[in-house]
Amino acid sequence: MKKYMLTFWNGIQTEDAFAALSPEAIQAEIQKWNEWIGGIAAQGKMLMAEGLLPTGKVVSGSTKVVTDGPFTEGKEIVGGFMILEAESEAEAVALSMGCPGLATEGRVEVREVQVFN
Amino acid sequence: MHDVNRLTDHLFRHESGKMVAVLTRLFGFPNYDLARDIVQDTLLAALSHWRLHGIPDNPTGWLYTVAKNKTVDWLRKQKNTPQQSLDWATVESTLDEQEVDALFLEHEIHDSVLRMMFACGHPSLSAEAQLALILRTLCGLSVGEIARAFLSNEETIQKRLYRTKEKIRAEGISLEVPTGTELSQRVEGVRKAVYLLFNEGYNSQSVDWLVKEELCTEAIRLGGLLCSHPLTSEPASHALLALMYFQASRLATRLDTEGQIVLLEQQDRTRWNQPYIQKGKKALDCASEGPHLSEYHLQAGIAYYHATAERFESTNWQAITYLYHLLVALNPSPMVYLSRAIAIGFAQGAERGIEELKNITTLSQNHYYYVALGDFHAKCANVSAAIEAYRQALHWCVSAKEKALIAQKIAALSV
Repeated sequence: MKKYMLTFWNGIQTEDAFAALSPEAIQAEIQKWNEWIGGIAAQGKMLMAEGLLPTGKVVSGSTKVVTDGPFTEGKEIVGGFMILEAESEAEAVALSMGCPGLATEGRVEVREVQVFN
Repeated sequence: MHDVNRLTDHLFRHESGKMVAVLTRLFGFPNYDLARDIVQDTLLAALSHWRLHGIPDNPTGWLYTVAKNKTVDWLRKQKNTPQQSLDWATVESTLDEQEVDALFLEHEIHDSVLRMMFACGHPSLSAEAQLALILRTLCGLSVGEIARAFLSNEETIQKRLYRTKEKIRAEGISLEVPTGTELSQRVEGVRKAVYLLFNEGYNSQSVDWLVKEELCTEAIRLGGLLCSHPLTSEPASHALLALMYFQASRLATRLDTEGQIVLLEQQDRTRWNQPYIQKGKKALDCASEGPHLSEYHLQAGIAYYHATAERFESTNWQAITYLYHLLVALNPSPMVYLSRAIAIGFAQGAERGIEELKNITTLSQNHYYYVALGDFHAKCANVSAAIEAYRQALHWCVSAKEKALIAQKIAALSV
């Protein structure tokens, strides 16, 4: 088994649209994510997942300049990440196909965790 | 972790309504948007947390805790840098942490919802303002969802809500429970608003079946709340609840798969919602206490006889006619006379029905009147009189769906 990190990217506009969702729509969205992640967890492949707040700080360069997020230079921000186990990159990609964020034109980045031995 | 808990249907909508009521009580009625913002933040926090971590064991408790914390945070910020945009004249509470905690106790939540219902059904608000406000606050609908329910657009609804808020400010409407003689009048106003919401769903021209169902079930939920609070649990409230259950039991059979209206006579009675009919009967039992007979009692009684008739032919038209006699005395409106005439026609024969209809002179531009007349003439084999009545009906009818139905009737006679 290999480990993969999935990061969930969303357009900033999508984040704004989320803020306007009705309670009913928010609940439906939670349901979709739970079904997807529940499916991965049921196969014993889920290791961890965390969501991120849309704001934060960026520390850059040797001058260690600290700037505020949201990170408006980019059009997208990371909304959360997940670490899962899979036999292969192909399987990790297949699992990420079910991510509900894709339906709102989001992206999932699938990266293998580096192992040294 | 992820497969244990599932949210009950509409949990967010219902909890949002409760939390908005609680916080609006805290901030004052004109500031209900602030209450909504805090609740929205709370729900979004749940989205961001629960979508990856699964649903907690006590989702409602989780939401309340987060809402409380967000409220206390907001109050702290407000103390340091007060926001001028808010209307603090209506805020009576001292707004401290203990108070916020106390308001989230179960009986206080129920009380806040009731206060909100009284405020939304305030007599100085127009019917459309009341509806928009109920849907926005107590039912947690977005502006888009309200627009969809009213077959309107977001801009119109936004404007309507804005004007409503101005009115609330101008009239100084607050979230209080009326007392003394005012109470019964105001409860009647709230019942009216709830029934209005129900009818908006029941008679909606929307092709979207979900819209109808949602509005009707929301009205039933609010009606149930009225019945479960000692202050508002009057026989008439139970009668209203019974009426809504009986009517809603037919909801799924009123339109066919193409969205065409199916008349009572042709509806598939096996698909009527039996649990609803049972709940309606129970509510009608509770309504029968006390001497006061409200319009809701009579209408619920009529709906009861329709809902419990096994076949259209076995409908107890005698009993229905009797109830319409009583209803005419309480509410002598042309439409009630029309319904009574139809009931008489079924109970005592089509000729009697025609006689009764001819006594009504105020509905000469109403297509329901002409359809009823046409139906009874058709029964008596007065083909030309029936066709003439149906043509009048076509002339005055504006709904495409109903026109189609009338055209069918003409076609059936012309064969």
